[in-house]
This record gives sequence, structure tokens and C-alpha cells, in this order.
Amino acid sequence: MSSTGQISGEFFLSGDEACAEGALAAGCRFFAGYPITPATEIAEHMSDRLPEVGGTYIQMEDELASMAAVLGASWGGLKAMTATSGPGFSLMMENIGLGLMLETPCVVVNMQRAGPSTGLPTMTGQGDMMQARWGSHGPYSIIALSPASPQELFDLTIKAFNLSEKYRLPVLVMSEESIGHMYEKVTIPTREKINITPRRKPNVPPQEYLPYVPDDDLVPPMAIAGEGYRFHVTGLTHDERGYPIMTAEAQDKLVRRLVDKIEKNRNAIIEVEEDGIKGADVVVCSYGISARVATVAIQRARALGIRVGMFRLITVWPFPVERVREIAKNIKAFVVPEINYGQMALEVERAAAGRAKTILIPHMGGAVHDPETILDAIKQAVK
Amino acid sequence: MKTTAIARIGAHPLDEYLRTDRLPHIWCPGCGLGMILGTVLRAIDKSRLDIDRTTIVSGIGCTGRAAGYVKLDSFHVTHGRALPFATGLKLANPNLKVVVFSGDGDLAAIGGNHLIHAARRNIDMTVICVNNFIYGMTGGQLGPTTPEMGRTTTSRKGNTEKPFNIPYLVGAAGATYVARWTTAHVRQMERTFIEALQKKGFSLVEVISPCPTYYGRMNEQATGLDQMRYYRYNSVVKHFANLADVDISLDGQIIVGKFIDIDRPYLPAPKGENGK
Amino acid sequence: MANNYEIRLCGYGGQGIILAGFIIGQAATVYEHRNAVFIQDYGPEARGGACRADVVISDEPVLYPYIDTPDVLMAMSQEAYLKYIPQIRKDTLVIIDEDLVKPETANARKPIPMPARRIAVELGRLAVANVVMLGFLTAVTKALSVDAVKESILASVPKNTGKLNLSAFEEGYASALKLGAGK
Repeated sequence: MSSTGQISGEFFLSGDEACAEGALAAGCRFFAGYPITPATEIAEHMSDRLPEVGGTYIQMEDELASMAAVLGASWGGLKAMTATSGPGFSLMMENIGLGLMLETPCVVVNMQRAGPSTGLPTMTGQGDMMQARWGSHGPYSIIALSPASPQELFDLTIKAFNLSEKYRLPVLVMSEESIGHMYEKVTIPTREKINITPRRKPNVPPQEYLPYVPDDDLVPPMAIAGEGYRFHVTGLTHDERGYPIMTAEAQDKLVRRLVDKIEKNRNAIIEVEEDGIKGADVVVCSYGISARVATVAIQRARALGIRVGMFRLITVWPFPVERVREIAKNIKAFVVPEINYGQMALEVERAAAGRAKTILIPHMGGAVHDPETILDAIKQAVK
Repeated sequence: MKTTAIARIGAHPLDEYLRTDRLPHIWCPGCGLGMILGTVLRAIDKSRLDIDRTTIVSGIGCTGRAAGYVKLDSFHVTHGRALPFATGLKLANPNLKVVVFSGDGDLAAIGGNHLIHAARRNIDMTVICVNNFIYGMTGGQLGPTTPEMGRTTTSRKGNTEKPFNIPYLVGAAGATYVARWTTAHVRQMERTFIEALQKKGFSLVEVISPCPTYYGRMNEQATGLDQMRYYRYNSVVKHFANLADVDISLDGQIIVGKFIDIDRPYLPAPKGENGK
Repeated sequence: MANNYEIRLCGYGGQGIILAGFIIGQAATVYEHRNAVFIQDYGPEARGGACRADVVISDEPVLYPYIDTPDVLMAMSQEAYLKYIPQIRKDTLVIIDEDLVKPETANARKPIPMPARRIAVELGRLAVANVVMLGFLTAVTKALSVDAVKESILASVPKNTGKLNLSAFEEGYASALKLGAGK
């Protein structure tokens, strides 16, 4: 470890630890959280490591408070994060909405477990994918990423921070217990090799600064508290001055921009992994741990001579609608294994728009799929 | 435009602290909030705080609108979450002077858990809790401080629940400075705000304030003036009173004064402590 | 999955099974620069109950991280042995602590007995039984180099117990050689 608390090299880390180290590498200096299985190890690691890098850890009284404190810290000038699982994610929805409305950069990690409600606290799930998209009230767009290994949890946590600064919103890392509690080799690059997106600071003097005048990419520069800008921000519908404006016109203008700043930049945001799509008759579309489990089925199917491709969502929101639609033209079916009763499969189906079938392989949670179940579906799909 | 009419009256001594382009405010005639906000701003001015580093955080409700009228870095956040938001803000930048200005419903009902934990942690901030005994913004419903038998739109025959005694609550939770005044005590309130702003740790000032539109009208104090008269003749100054005894009843005395002024470790810890 | 080497350690909570799994995975990755996945079976209990550590070692990136039937099963308690013995192949190497596990005679494959617990008691510290077991495992399976496992042990145990743990490893390793494992 360097004198500034930075570490680099090869480590054998759990996904939770890798996530925390990714946050630290991205410049996160504030963590507020509440203990919850299976995300607790992130908080524990941050409570050890943040003081070493001059940051602040605080354990709040609940997830409502954790999320609110993360927003406050972001406006106080720090990169800030919280981590939770389903029950806490539900509580955070309120202030994720505030974060979207105030356009507050921060990162929320959800180590998904099986729900609904308390469900199976120590066992895996992917049941919060639609909650990630729509869980807070009102119309909005969001960015959510889905890592498939501890290394990717490290990498995508950094990416989440960068996206949150670039587009000014809470970015969600939608992982699972399976990855959070899995140990693998994680390579942490030296600081110089890590790209970090800085906060977009105002480029006008304080007296001319209006908090919500966007740049060309629809994202406004952000002043932080204590620097003399003397700005006001509110969760109410507001104008470019940040002042509440209670009209349908102001609402229309604001919500369109909040959504468009993500949707119009979707090509720059979306990241997927493709393998063997060209010439495939069937494509397995998956994400997170399910994508890793599906690789076994794909290998077995290919051994049987079935032309099957893999389409892995790394960015789950915004969803790569255009690419899925394009693939749908040339294949018979998508097979979608996910650890829920059908969430991203709905999005695949919507994007495929009838050009290819969508076959959901649900799993209610608590474990991953048996690869044979996915193989059977692939076999059925090509018939 | 209305703002033009206001501008003709001439500059107000507190204009530097106000978003004058947002006035007039939305508060009802006879409401105490204007008086309290004015007093807070005078206290900030007299305390010679660096106004660039003074921030106000408000939750939701009539009182919550205060953040929108002050020309400081100001945050109007979700209902009940002013305290945890302010906690993050203060911990992220310990050089900020953080003031939370919110109502009894916001701070003691939906944000009640945050209130006791912020006091327990002794976060270095000043909380101004405006207590009008009712939810005004939503039309006069029962609140966490509505006195027993107090009438509201959701307790038309009189409240049957025991209300929170806010000074007792936050005192027990660990606040280092607790006081209560009414809007009939503007000078005392101002001195107290100045003290609270200087105090290290969690300071809370409860200000009893009229809501003639709802609370007053439904509880036989139909105008703001009636409520001010009531405060004037029924308030008893009792510094360092036994907090168990400062409950507020529908038609009894209101005990006011400075109740707690102690020192204990606070967050964020000053530099040199806790390894920082 | 042909190149994967799959190790399942099981016992009861508090025996250091999980730490042993971590040490193996860390040895393979950090000290041998290969790939490994280590997954522990989580339950609500912190102590007692059957617990399990699964490690998959490979020269390639491990895509599928789970073990169906391990190459080696090492059992440190009767309960865990009974729980996991049905999930083996014919060629699975089964290792048991001879003082803690009574093998089912019905099961065709004869397990290799080892005295991990006894050796740990002789060393004066029951807590190092897991490291004795690691020594035994390293000698029997040759899945990892001695140096990598030793380095991983030293990086994972409290500093003041390094020497004791290395002795435990050596004793475990030697006890396997006595059974002819080195040949």
C-alpha cells in the first residue's frame, strides 16, 4: 500500500471487496450504509479502508438515511457511494429519486438476494432488475451495470462513478450475492492507469451561475456547497435557476431533459459482450452470474452442433434495444435465463418485437440455474 | 408582476440573504415562518458567519420552503430526510456551517428516527424546528406534536395520542444544546440562534409558531394575532427546566428557555482527533 | 471444464474450512498467477452446522464457477461428510479426518484417512487443524506448489502465528508422504 492508501497488484478478493476497492480507486471518499446481507462486506471493507485514504465512513440508522447522506456528501464535494440488497434498495428508492431530480452523482450497489421481502438473505437472486429501472416514482431514465465477476465488479464500480459524474445521476451497480461472495483474482492497476472522470465544474463566475443550464450533451455543470455559488436546488419541479416552478410546461421541459440526457447518449453508455452471434440460430441473452452459468450450456450446445450465440448485458439500463432488434432479424429465438420470474426477458421481447421468439428460463432464486435447463431451452429454440 | 411591487418598497436589510426574485413567499398571513426565517437570517448576519460556507437544508412542508427563499447554498430535499442529507453534507465538508430548517412533522414524524440518531451522533449542525402542531401544507392534519385533544382535519373530535415533547426527546438522545421559544420571543430567539450557531455539536431550537389557517382556526385561536397573544400570556421562561415537564398541552403554559447547554464529542471530529 | 481442478473442503463452522479454501484460491491466483474461484456455502449460523468451501483452479479463466462433483473432497466432520459424499464421481479423491469421520462402508471408494485434528492437538493448537489439512492436501493432490501454499498461509494468518502454521503445514505434508503420497 502506498502512503496515500492506494493499492495495486494482484489480489484474491471477494466481489464485495473488489467493489469497495473499485470505489476507492475511482476516488470515492464517502460511504454511508446500513448492514445487510450480502452487501455488508462492502461496508466493512470501506470502514477499514476509507480512513486510510482520508475518506469518511458512516453507518446510518437505515437505508433512507444512507441514501440521503450519500446525496448530501456528493453536494459537499465528495464522490460517494452506498451498498445494499433488496430490502434496503426498496428504502433507497425515495432518495434515488431525489438524486435523479437534483442530478447528483453517486453510486448505489445492489447485491441482489432472493425476494420478495426478506426472502432468502444469504442466497442469490436477480429479482430487482425492473426495480432498478422503475423503482422510484415518476418518469426518469437510469444507468445500471451488471458485473459477472469480482474483477468486473472492480472495473464496473469505477465505470459507475465515471458515468455518474459524466451524466450527473445515481448509477446503479446491480450485482448478486453469487458474485459478491465469490472470490477470484482481481488485478488492481496503478492509479495512473485508471481513468477517472472528474466532476463537471461550473465555467461561469458565481453570480452568473444557474444550476440547471445544461451543456450541449444536456448535462449541467455542478457547483458544490461552500464555494460561493449560493445556489438552490429542490426536489420540486424546477427551472434552470433551480427554483420551483409548478407548471406542466416546466415539468415537461425538465423531465424531457432528465430522460434525454441518458437516452440521447445511450450509444456512448451501453456496453455489451457478444460471442458467436453471426450465423447463430439462437442467442442466449443474459447478465451477471446467469451469463456465466449460461456459458456451460452454450459450450454443450455448440458441441452438439447447435449454432448458438451469447449476448451479455454489461449495461442493463439503458437497455440495448437497437442491437437486440437487429440480432432478432437473423435468429429464431432468444433464450433468457435469469434468476427471477421474467424481468429483462420482457425487455428482450419488447426489443425483438416479434422478429424472434423470446424464451424465458426463470429461476425463483436461492441458487443459479442448472446449465442443463438452459441447454434444453436452446435445443427447443432451434427446433 | 408582484415582485416589481415588492421592489418598489425598497431594499430590506436582509436582502443580501434572500432570493428577492422569489418573493412574496407562499406562507399565509399570520403564519410565524416569516418571523422565524427573518430571525435566523439576522442571527447568521450577527454571527458574522462566512455566508459562502453557510448552507441551509430543509425537508418538506410549509417550513421546508424556507430553503428556497434564502440566498445561500440551500437544499430542499425529501420529506423527513433533511437531517441525513445534512449529515452527509457536513461530513463531506466539515468547514460548512450546516443549518437544518424544518417543521415538526418533517423532523419528528417521518424524520423522527433521523432526529434521534443525529442527536445521538452529535453531528455538528444547528436544527431549527418550527412547531406549529399540525401539517399545514397538506391541509391541517394531525401531527406528532398536536397536543392532546387538539383538533385537526384527521382528529376532528380531538387528538387522543400523546404528542412528542421534542426538547425532552432530543435531550435524551444526546443533543448538546436545546432551547425553545415562541414567535412572541423574537429577541430571545435571535440570541438563542446566535448561541446555537456557535455551539459545537447538535443544537436544536424549537420555535412554537402560529398556523392560524389550520391549527388556530380549529382550536379557538382563529387569527395569528390570537395565537401570538396566547404565547405572550402563557409562556413561562424556565431555563434548564426539567425536560420531562416541558410538555405542551392544548390550553396550558408553554415553558420556554434554554434547556440544555453541554459539551461532548461531536462529529465530524475536529482535526487531530480520531486519527484525522 | 476439462482443465479445471475442483476441490471441496467441508466440515463444521469454526474449523477454519473457509479460511483454508481462501488460502488455496489465493495460492493459485496471487502466488501461482493462475485462475481460481472460491465459493463458500453461506448459512445463517456463524458457528456449527455443515460448512463448505469450493475451490476451482484452472490455467484458463473459470467461466462456470460451481462444482457438481469435485476432483477431491476433504471432510472434517461426519455431518458434512454425509452431506457431500453423494456428490462425488468414481474417481473423486476422498480425504477424511480419521478421528472425526467414520466412512460409510457401503460407499465403494475407500477414503484416505488423515490425522489433521490429532496433529494439531500435538502442536498445541487445535485451531491449526485446517492448515495441517492443507499440507496433506498439497502433498496428495499436487494441485499447487508448496511454496505458493506456504506464502498464501503466511499472508492469511495472524503474524505471530506464522511459524506455528508453517509447522502445521509441514506436519500435514509429511503425514501424507508417510502414506506414500509423494511417490
